[in-house]
Amino acid sequence: MNGSTLVPPVAPQRLDLWRFPLTRSVAIAAFVYLYVPIVALVVLSFSAGDSSLARWEGFSVRWYIEVFNNSDMLRAMRNSLIVASAATVAGTVIATMGALATSGPRFRLQTAIEAMIALPLIVPDIVAGIAILLFFVLVGVPLGIFSIMLAHTVFAIPFAYLPIRARLAGLDPALAEAAADLYATPSRSFRRIVLPLIWPGIAAGAMLAFISSLGDVVISYFVSGPGATTLPVYVFGMVRMGVTPAVNAISTLLMLASVAILTVSYLLGRRFQ
Amino acid sequence: MMAVLRRVGLLAPSMVTIGVLLIVPLGLMAVVSTLERGSTGGVVWGRHTADAYVQFLFERDLLGRLVVNTDYLHIFGRSFALAAITTVVTLIVGYPMALWIAFQPPRRRMLLIFIVTVPFWTNILVRNYAWILLLRNDGVIDWMLIKLGLTSHPIDVLYTPFATGIGLTYSFLPYMVLPIYVSLEKLDRRLIEAAFDLGADHWRAFRRVILPLSLPGVIGGAILVFIPGLGAFISPELLGGGKSMMIGSLIQQQFGQSRNWPFGAALAFVLLVLVLLALSAHTARYRGHGVRR
Amino acid sequence: MKRFALAIGTALLLSSFSAPAGADEEKALLLFNWSNYMSPDLLKHFEEETGIKVTLDTYDTNETMLAKLQAGGAGYDVVVPTGPTLQQMITDGLVLKVDASTMSNYKNVKKPFDHPSFDPDRAYSVPYMWGTTGIVYDTTKVAGGKIDDTWKELFEPRPDFVGKIGMLKDMGEVITAAAYYLGFDQCTEKPEEAQKILELLEKQKPAVKIYSAEGTVDRVAGGEVTMEHMWNGSFHRAHAKLPTIVYVYPREGVNLWGDNFAVPKGAKHPENAKLFLNFIMDPKNAATASNFTGYNNAIAGSEQYLKEDLRDDPAFNTPESMISRLKQTRLCSKAALDLREKIWTRLLR
Repeated sequence: MNGSTLVPPVAPQRLDLWRFPLTRSVAIAAFVYLYVPIVALVVLSFSAGDSSLARWEGFSVRWYIEVFNNSDMLRAMRNSLIVASAATVAGTVIATMGALATSGPRFRLQTAIEAMIALPLIVPDIVAGIAILLFFVLVGVPLGIFSIMLAHTVFAIPFAYLPIRARLAGLDPALAEAAADLYATPSRSFRRIVLPLIWPGIAAGAMLAFISSLGDVVISYFVSGPGATTLPVYVFGMVRMGVTPAVNAISTLLMLASVAILTVSYLLGRRFQ
Repeated sequence: MMAVLRRVGLLAPSMVTIGVLLIVPLGLMAVVSTLERGSTGGVVWGRHTADAYVQFLFERDLLGRLVVNTDYLHIFGRSFALAAITTVVTLIVGYPMALWIAFQPPRRRMLLIFIVTVPFWTNILVRNYAWILLLRNDGVIDWMLIKLGLTSHPIDVLYTPFATGIGLTYSFLPYMVLPIYVSLEKLDRRLIEAAFDLGADHWRAFRRVILPLSLPGVIGGAILVFIPGLGAFISPELLGGGKSMMIGSLIQQQFGQSRNWPFGAALAFVLLVLVLLALSAHTARYRGHGVRR
Repeated sequence: MKRFALAIGTALLLSSFSAPAGADEEKALLLFNWSNYMSPDLLKHFEEETGIKVTLDTYDTNETMLAKLQAGGAGYDVVVPTGPTLQQMITDGLVLKVDASTMSNYKNVKKPFDHPSFDPDRAYSVPYMWGTTGIVYDTTKVAGGKIDDTWKELFEPRPDFVGKIGMLKDMGEVITAAAYYLGFDQCTEKPEEAQKILELLEKQKPAVKIYSAEGTVDRVAGGEVTMEHMWNGSFHRAHAKLPTIVYVYPREGVNLWGDNFAVPKGAKHPENAKLFLNFIMDPKNAATASNFTGYNNAIAGSEQYLKEDLRDDPAFNTPESMISRLKQTRLCSKAALDLREKIWTRLLR
């Protein structure tokens, strides 16, 4: 070190360490990009006009009232939530087990098994929808909420699997091994050590699975039965005749409800730490 | 021995679920693709033919001879290109976003990720409609551009491929961000600090340490965007003006207006095979560059 | 494993709570209809009159409804197919005989809706709404404020409309209109004619802004397109928002289509379904349906109950002079359908 070079003090350098250039601007721009349509969507739910594509025609809450008066729409929303919850729980649990099995030293059939787990993502949903419908009818599974749940669980599995697997791949195997070696049996090492470590992966996976189930149209359409319509199917049925801002209203409500639920579970989760 | 049993037990639920509820039905569809098409839709069970697969590449001209037909190849090509572009764009936008979020203080991270996913709790159709409103002539975007003085008259964005791109990137962004975030978040910070201590600048630290370690997340994200992207057709229809068909709409049409189920099934299988080939090529490469323990 | 069992158990438990309300086998009716195509007042009226609770599920195209029925996903009591689709369902044995001619309200059905080509004796269906598909344009966007009543204005448009045309993304509608313009049969099986249709459509394509059967009302009313291939009911709704638009019945031929109620095989409440079919043929009920959907009905005596603006709209109430231009949609042969599909795929590839 010679006297003419100014050595920056250590402390400020540490602060800048994690600020990678451009990431902040891109992130902010991306957040704006993500939310501008949402703002438009919410604003339009208060439109006095009768179409989701019309320009602003004045403020009104009529569509929120309409949602609550529209028993078909409410029934569809309830169905969507029930199906998504069940499929997410089942799918995430199954996926976690699968991810645990495929982490660690590679075994012989691993590629084949991972391919099979990823399979639902590869198949176009219309083919899956009709295939599963044909199968259900052949086997005699009654079409209704339960049939949609089964179909959605299949698709929830890979969505949940990928983040969990990615998370596990980076874990130090020494940690899990050490715990197993010392005192804990494999299941306790799992709960006390591995589970908390992969929890972000599980949460991310569950979120992906839930979202994909909530948004699914084609498969739900084919494997649902009378009275078991889900919200996206209901909305898509409206396109020919015109989508009304009631759909904006119910989407806004759903969004707020999910924010509320997740906030509550987040706060609860924090309490347990 | 116990280890093997444990593994089998852990894998059983996923294998059974996917095996019974997807592979068997797909086998059923494979059979359908070899059946004769019903005159008014559906299929004729028991009568087999390769017509559907022949139809993919050939058609009969006026004299009844088989002639190469590139229509379907064209449509496949377009969907693949669109899916690839979407994947690249979501990666370019999503990676910095995931990186920024991952390096925020722990409390904020979960909140930010949550904020990323909230838009996707809304209905996909309404989200696309929102984009129609924003992108149309004298919609919000036009209004803003004119107000900012960037342009003097409304520009035509809606019903163009560019609008489709905006819509698709929008739909698939969280599928790229989430997996990348997950793999970045659990990165051992000490490795990065070590890189800095050794004199690396941000760019080198990123290139040499962060990027390779986050590769599983990047690949996960790419898979989650590219493959569903191949079957996407809602944004192309609503935002792109419906002027060109995508694989998704082509297949759907076979089960709809065209009433040609075997062909629809055959198209799906061709797509499936192509994707599997691409995937296996990719994983083979990745395995070669994997992080060694 | 325990957690897995718990998850499945929860799912099963939840599903048992979601059995549709009113699962009373006797007094229920499962209706599968187009979206926004059934007045809620009408359903309420039916429930009051008969005590039968109606559950409504919706679909957006004939094809998706048909695919579902063909794959075996039945369970509905009433479906609403358009003519050619119904004809196909009859051929495929997907619908039950209802013998509409024996129903008490059948006498109200106007000619020619009592003898449609797809169900000549109304053995399987009753008529619901019918409509036409013509050209709509904004009179303020063309010099002279008027266009000629020919399909040429749509397929070989004036510069005023180039780049601002909307087309229905319906293979049947578009090809039928093109066939009428070129003087061909709508179900042509001749490859040379198909080739000419394709060329016409390909030449038109650069002038078209959007192909979509959805959102026609919004894009016309909003000015996104100034000329549109449009259903008359959609026109009526758009006209309420943009009074300067006009509906044209091109002289070469206008597609006339009709939707019908039918009872699919496997219906759980066929008798209730027949009650509903009869209910629809009552003049007052038919008018209520028309007032809601904006499409005309086939029931004599309903005119007095129609909304005035509907009665006065020449798009809704086809003038005598235009009736000869209306041509019923037919179910085409497989060869003709294959040709159509070739044209369509080539056009949109």
